[in-house]
Amino acid sequence: MAEETLILLDFWPSMYGMRCRIALAEKEIDYEYREEELHLWKKSALLLETNPIHKRIPVLIHNGKPISESRVIVEYIDESWKDKSPVLLPSDPYERAQARFWVDFIDKAFYDPARKVWGTKGEEQEAARKQLVQALKVMEGVLGNKPFFGGDSFGFVDMAMIPYNSWFHSYETFGNFTIEMECPKLVPWAKRCLQKESVSKSLVDPQKLLGFVVEMRKKFGLE
Amino acid sequence: MAGDAVKLLGAWPSPVVMRARIALNLKSVGYEFVEENLGNKSQLLLQSNPVHKKIPVLIHGDKPVCESLIIVQYIDEVWSSGPGILPSDPYDLATARFWAAYIDDKWFPSLTGIAKAQDDGAKKAAIEQVSEGLALLEDAFRKCSKGKTFFGGDRVGYLDIAFGCFLGWLRVTEKMNGVELISRSKTPQLAQWAERFCADPAVKDVMPETDKLAEFAKVLFAKFKNPPSQ
Repeated sequence: MAEETLILLDFWPSMYGMRCRIALAEKEIDYEYREEELHLWKKSALLLETNPIHKRIPVLIHNGKPISESRVIVEYIDESWKDKSPVLLPSDPYERAQARFWVDFIDKAFYDPARKVWGTKGEEQEAARKQLVQALKVMEGVLGNKPFFGGDSFGFVDMAMIPYNSWFHSYETFGNFTIEMECPKLVPWAKRCLQKESVSKSLVDPQKLLGFVVEMRKKFGLE
Repeated sequence: MAGDAVKLLGAWPSPVVMRARIALNLKSVGYEFVEENLGNKSQLLLQSNPVHKKIPVLIHGDKPVCESLIIVQYIDEVWSSGPGILPSDPYDLATARFWAAYIDDKWFPSLTGIAKAQDDGAKKAAIEQVSEGLALLEDAFRKCSKGKTFFGGDRVGYLDIAFGCFLGWLRVTEKMNGVELISRSKTPQLAQWAERFCADPAVKDVMPETDKLAEFAKVLFAKFKNPPSQ
């Protein structure tokens, strides 16, 4: 069998990168992780070559062929290694559509307000906090009393949402709210997810991330 | 499951609703089309899509599916015996999904940017942005079609649907601004593809006529000073 090469271009704090790391770990697929120094506003030649349109991570390079956009990457991993368990997306078409819908919602509803909660102040930050809490409450409602978004087992939606767990500490610190107070069901859900090795080794330490956020805030003149 | 009744909540001018209609047509699935009045959304729409309250919504049996590209994938997966819509090769599929996301996140907003431009300078810049995007899509067509008729190869596929649904609004934009965006000189492959796409049996009855759409656009722009939102 021809030797396969698999490279993930990533940036350690990225929640989009984390989802790809989790997917690869779930399937126990070996790959080379390459860190992009985005905090220094540096992008490697390989990143610019493999994602010329968006110039952003994550990018998965499989036998020299690049795949970008984290949702696309995760589905690609599921399809290319479909004989390796676990299957990442539900097999039922309706359940798949639901999972895709909620991952799309997470991507639309979280990034912008989350970024503003730690990256701005005053009225802009307050408006962002309200939006972020609202989005978290929606997801708490979707989880309901299930152990995972995927039902009995960890799935596509869990994979998309859990990387935010590393960021919760930073949002709480600068947004002046707690997940415990606003959407308590997400706390035991996160603990359940972190019990999985694929998750715990792919997520970054919240304290380390907070340090990164403080540095970024200094660069933006907020500290 | 495939035999359950199918309802599609939509509106005739909406390009993203057209995506669902084309997919259903490709699979020869009969459905009831429910025309929504977006100024007065039906209870059914609000109940079926409480999160976004937007069209299209596909209701299969009693189960709602929302977001146009998710609906197209759902249709392909449920009616799997019909002609395939999504590419079967995982890399080709990833490429198609990438471009579909680009069209929704970057290209179509740049097209509506032309209508929103406040002055000639802004309009010129907006037109330039759309043209740059079309140059990328011309290149994408070359790579995805591999010398064949459509992005999807011999048949209309996922990326043809994702992009082609905007051709009506693209023509309206060309007409209202006196510009050529897709043309035989600038984007020869896309120009040919556009003709073939619009003539496809699964497309031609659901693609609104440019004149009718232009009339609709005039009324809408006058009322809201904004392009239509779904």
